[in-house]
Amino acid sequence: MKIAISASSPSLDSEVNPRFGRCKMFIIANPESMDFETIDNAGESAGGGAGIATAQMITQKGVEAVITGNCGPNAHKVLTAAGIKIITGANGTVREAIEDYKSGKFSASDEPNVSDHFGMGGGRGHGKGGAI
Amino acid sequence: MIISVASGKGGTGKTMVATSFAFSLKNDFQVQLLDADVEEPNSHIFLKPVFDKTDEVSVTVPSVNKDRCNYCGTCAEVCAFNAIAVVKDVVLTFPELCHGCGACSYLCPRQAISEIPNRIGVVETGSAGKISFVQGKLGIGQTMPTPVVRKVKDYVNRKKIAIIDAAPGTSCPVIAAIKDSDFCLLVTEPTPFGLNDLKLAVETVRQLEVPCGLVLNRTGVGDSGVEEYCRKANIPILLTIPLDLNIARFYSEGITLAEGMPEWQKEFREVLQKIQEITGERNSST
Repeated sequence: MKIAISASSPSLDSEVNPRFGRCKMFIIANPESMDFETIDNAGESAGGGAGIATAQMITQKGVEAVITGNCGPNAHKVLTAAGIKIITGANGTVREAIEDYKSGKFSASDEPNVSDHFGMGGGRGHGKGGAI
Repeated sequence: MIISVASGKGGTGKTMVATSFAFSLKNDFQVQLLDADVEEPNSHIFLKPVFDKTDEVSVTVPSVNKDRCNYCGTCAEVCAFNAIAVVKDVVLTFPELCHGCGACSYLCPRQAISEIPNRIGVVETGSAGKISFVQGKLGIGQTMPTPVVRKVKDYVNRKKIAIIDAAPGTSCPVIAAIKDSDFCLLVTEPTPFGLNDLKLAVETVRQLEVPCGLVLNRTGVGDSGVEEYCRKANIPILLTIPLDLNIARFYSEGITLAEGMPEWQKEFREVLQKIQEITGERNSST
């Protein structure tokens, strides 16, 4: 059993990255053994649809849950279709998030907790409509 | 002849200039006004056209035939806009992100994807007295103005004087509006903000190889930065409009400059002459 946590650096002591679609990387960890691997998030630099691209990648990693800060509607839809539990509102370190997951402190969120483009920064509208 | 009216900065008086220009030429030429600011078309407020036709604007989006699909994921991989995701035995499409490029359909190894139209806006046509009037409107919730701008331009009649009112800024919908114009009239104000955005607009039109000239609006305030820049960059100032209470009063009542103060019509006709001298093109009078 594995879970994916959005992270800022490749370590269990990394802070949980608050953004799902545009986080730097994911730590894919086995909560029992605390073994983990790190994968870069190709969606970080996507022009649009970052959440979808990131979710698509995560669905191929065989995880049962995703722990992150915020998850928008499109990513939520893709992860839900794959039967992956989504836990939002996490903060602190990746290690703490895994511990909290093991102890059952989190409950899965049935709905996206932020609107689309929430994690883009620099104002709404950026990247919308795009290059056509 | 196609003359686009653009500005880097918003609120500089583009629409007032475009509509006054059309209003001033309508008795001597066949004139079209095309409002290509499709996210907020408002030339109609000045010219009060009567519309007689509405055409839909669509882009194509993928439709997946589940009987043929084997969920290989190729469509999701090739989509440059992340508008398709494939998970297990579900294909999710996100039409609002789709640019209608057709790559998913073309590259699907099982021909499981067909393209269906998705309505993103409309083009309305009609007339405002002697001026033929066209405006694009982007649908609510839609994120791609550019295809609507392109559709607006399908109505351009080069035999007439086609005045295109572009959106502010220098992004794709503005480029689509200016592209292929014979001339671009840039409108700005004599402030550091007007200058900053004018420079961006000039870079854009030069990239598009469209000759340009300036209308400097609300003169009498601000600084001389715009004029100094124009001198250095060799951009002709074709018209200056002062910051004037009467102009503002007419504007506030939805009356464009050349209608409210007819003495300005001559000024706008001279702008056309100057443009014709620069481009070497002439439209014969009616």
